[in-house]
Amino acid sequence: MSKLKNIKWKHYLIYVVLIAVTCYFGFFGLQKNLNRITTILLEKAAIAMILAVSLNLVVGFLGELSLGHAGFMCVGAFLGAKAAVALTASMGPGNELLVLLICLLVGGAAAAVCGVIIGLPALRLRGDYLAIVTLAFGEIVRSLFENLPDEMFGGSLGLTAIRFERHYLFIVGFVLVIITLAVIQNLIRSKHGRAVTAIRDSEIASRATGINVTKYKLMVFTISAFFAGIAGVLFAFTQSKVQPTTFDYNYSIEILVMVVLGGMGSLPGSLISAVLITYLNEELQIILTGDLAVLRGLMYALVMILLVIYRNAPGLKAFREKWSVKNLFAKLRRHDPAHIHDDEAKWDRVPTKIMVDEVLSVDVQTKSPYDPDSQWKEDT
Amino acid sequence: MNFLETLLNGLSSGSTYAMIALGYTMVYGIAKMLNFAHGDVIMVGGYTLYVTAVTMGWNPLLALLMAIICCAVLGVTIEKLAYKPLRGASPLAVLITAIGMSYLLQSVAQIIFGSADRMVRLFELGKISIGSFQISAYTVVTLVCSAVIMTALTLFVKYTRIGRAMIAVSEDRDAAQLMGINVNFIITITFAIGSALAAFAGFFMVLKSPPVNSTLGAMPGIKAFTAAVIGGIGSIPGAMLGGILMGIVESVAQTNAVIAPFTVAIEFSILIVILLVRPSGILGKKRREKV
Amino acid sequence: MAEPVLKIENLGISFGGLKAVQNLNLEIHEKQLYGLVGPNGAGKTTVFNMITGVYKPTTGSFYLCGENLTGKSQEVINHKGVARTFQNIRLFNNMTVIRNVMVGLHNQPEYKCGLFTSLLRLPRHFKVEKAMRQRAKEILDVVGLLEDRNNLACNLPYGKQRKLEIARALATNPKLLCLDEPAAGMNPQETQELMDIIRTIREQYNVTILLIEHDMKFVSGLCDELTVLNFGTVLAQGETKAALQDPEVIRAYIGG
Repeated sequence: MSKLKNIKWKHYLIYVVLIAVTCYFGFFGLQKNLNRITTILLEKAAIAMILAVSLNLVVGFLGELSLGHAGFMCVGAFLGAKAAVALTASMGPGNELLVLLICLLVGGAAAAVCGVIIGLPALRLRGDYLAIVTLAFGEIVRSLFENLPDEMFGGSLGLTAIRFERHYLFIVGFVLVIITLAVIQNLIRSKHGRAVTAIRDSEIASRATGINVTKYKLMVFTISAFFAGIAGVLFAFTQSKVQPTTFDYNYSIEILVMVVLGGMGSLPGSLISAVLITYLNEELQIILTGDLAVLRGLMYALVMILLVIYRNAPGLKAFREKWSVKNLFAKLRRHDPAHIHDDEAKWDRVPTKIMVDEVLSVDVQTKSPYDPDSQWKEDT
Repeated sequence: MNFLETLLNGLSSGSTYAMIALGYTMVYGIAKMLNFAHGDVIMVGGYTLYVTAVTMGWNPLLALLMAIICCAVLGVTIEKLAYKPLRGASPLAVLITAIGMSYLLQSVAQIIFGSADRMVRLFELGKISIGSFQISAYTVVTLVCSAVIMTALTLFVKYTRIGRAMIAVSEDRDAAQLMGINVNFIITITFAIGSALAAFAGFFMVLKSPPVNSTLGAMPGIKAFTAAVIGGIGSIPGAMLGGILMGIVESVAQTNAVIAPFTVAIEFSILIVILLVRPSGILGKKRREKV
Repeated sequence: MAEPVLKIENLGISFGGLKAVQNLNLEIHEKQLYGLVGPNGAGKTTVFNMITGVYKPTTGSFYLCGENLTGKSQEVINHKGVARTFQNIRLFNNMTVIRNVMVGLHNQPEYKCGLFTSLLRLPRHFKVEKAMRQRAKEILDVVGLLEDRNNLACNLPYGKQRKLEIARALATNPKLLCLDEPAAGMNPQETQELMDIIRTIREQYNVTILLIEHDMKFVSGLCDELTVLNFGTVLAQGETKAALQDPEVIRAYIGG
């Protein structure tokens, strides 16, 4: 029981940290004591955190690779910005926060609809095929917004958005991060989340156990898209112009890097790596100018490859297990929601035990005179 | 006459796609993974042509040979370093590594050659006129070359020991291993052949438009994978059919001013529709997970 | 006589030209332990796949307690009361043992809990989770896995994984439990334990059990009646001893 309490504490610790950060910066922000660079960084971090957490729901918990997360964001950004323009025109100034809230819902809902649409192929396709469909979706969305008549979404030049006063937008952003985290974490820690992880582990067994795979896959894609849409709206409000080229394939990959770096299936990990990567992006932009900027890409690529190989290579299994016990950080990152606590010492001798048992049962079966089956096997 | 020209254009760009798609489809069939970095091998081929033919002034054909060797070595190296350690791991991990590899190649190329386009003009191909009808020699060259390469590949797979071992590995890797086939060797050979085909594709792309940059192979790569899926992944004739279909759709769409900007959207929509209606593609075999 | 729990009429399926199963008829009555035996490739697992909705039969139909379930989806068939285990074990490997069983409890009406109740973590969510955990422990106790409940499923030894599959299937509260080679890979002692477990399950949970097995001692020690399949057709059917002594059956197994 005491162990269980520890785990709950860990779950709530993220909220405490997030709220503390929000309050700390919020306090200075509202007094307009924060410099522009910090506010921009905070806004970007909030957007990245929402994106990473929502993508982790699909990649880490449903076990499907989505390469079109920026596509959902794109839908949210454009529809949110369009709604903002229309609402500000009709409601006049002074209602900024209300406008923002309505736009968030509009953008989120539009992206969620796209989530349902992309969830439909997910019912028939898995793995690589689904990944390529999501990639195609992202490209289709981007190319549509780029090539639709200019008066609709501004075409390739982009849509002029309403830029909000910067001093409090990041607070809204952090509140949204907390909401996103709460929704996704509560989902995963409920029986519904258990069904989702069951589908990840074995779709066939889930069906046979009566899990409605259709419902849960659609649900996961819809929720994930909804929050990506919200992140898109938030993004639109930080920009003076929303351009389709922002939401290209590379952006989806960058979100994926955050998820991989933080650990697939680890929400705190996603949050930390989202902040880290956003911060690095900003810092490196200043340090690495011109052609050196690509070093950043090189670094992310290497991190992604090495991490995935390290975490998944069958040959490194023994090495990993040795490290996961000792290394607290590794343990935090490798945290799996289904994994409450694992009495590792007790299972140290399991492999040998299986082998002895198997040898035994084979021996006995072939010697048994009344086993017609072994006879039959010898015949063929 | 105009339509015939569009069709021929489509055929020639389609055969380039087909050549890339072949690489995807062979690797997918044998290593059971989507080699996302395949498109970027084309780019490496393009840069090799630049270094050899433009900077060092080699004969274009010698440069092509060099590009083929470089790409094959690169493909095999990628397989050994990044994919082999992950054999037996979850497909998701392999896919993410492949994406990382693609990103890595692009970044490295950008670090070495910068982000500016490099012009690779190998030789000028004129036009061939048959009566009043003119077609560019480029179209003829790509069509003939790709037809020869594809026939050779089909014959190789059907009639050589290694080719038949490839079929065996793609059907059932474990059983093939038990039959004494060196699976690691077959996978290496597959990556080498696939990457060599990518070098050819790079050559054709450079012939058509000289600028080479680090994202040269990204979009054609994705489109060619789409083509491989449309034709039925794992199937060599499927990859050819898919590639050519893709090329024709592209060139037909580009002739119409209204739908031209939506070419990419149309191509990917076709992919999604085909995957929904017939996930195994046009010529692919239907595989069912055994319960 | 009461309505049979499972009634199969004229069931058949073909893959391309291959008739994997044809003209299968059988009736299983309440609380019966029914065996489905036959050489490899006889079509036993195919029968399971049909009555659990993985394959759609080409001919014939099957009824659960009089209700026609032919061609229904796997989920629906499971909700109606057919649960199964798999020949090649399919557990939720990255989840703990107890959570595997809790997934089985997912659709039970007494543990109903809407999405928004869970998202808002209303009291009902905690109540349901606690009740599910309790119920899962009870089921694990029956199959003897209570001690292992917090281990990851993939870390269990083979025999225990098979038992966990049974526990998970049992959690869906089935009328008919289909076990596909439950004793495969078990040593004699484990097999003996399993026989006891299966008998206990039948008594405690009032389920009818249909099982596929190769181990003839297991089958003859456990089953009341059986059907022998060979190349998709029925060789013999009826009371266990009589069916096994049928000359056709002996010829199919031993050859000649």
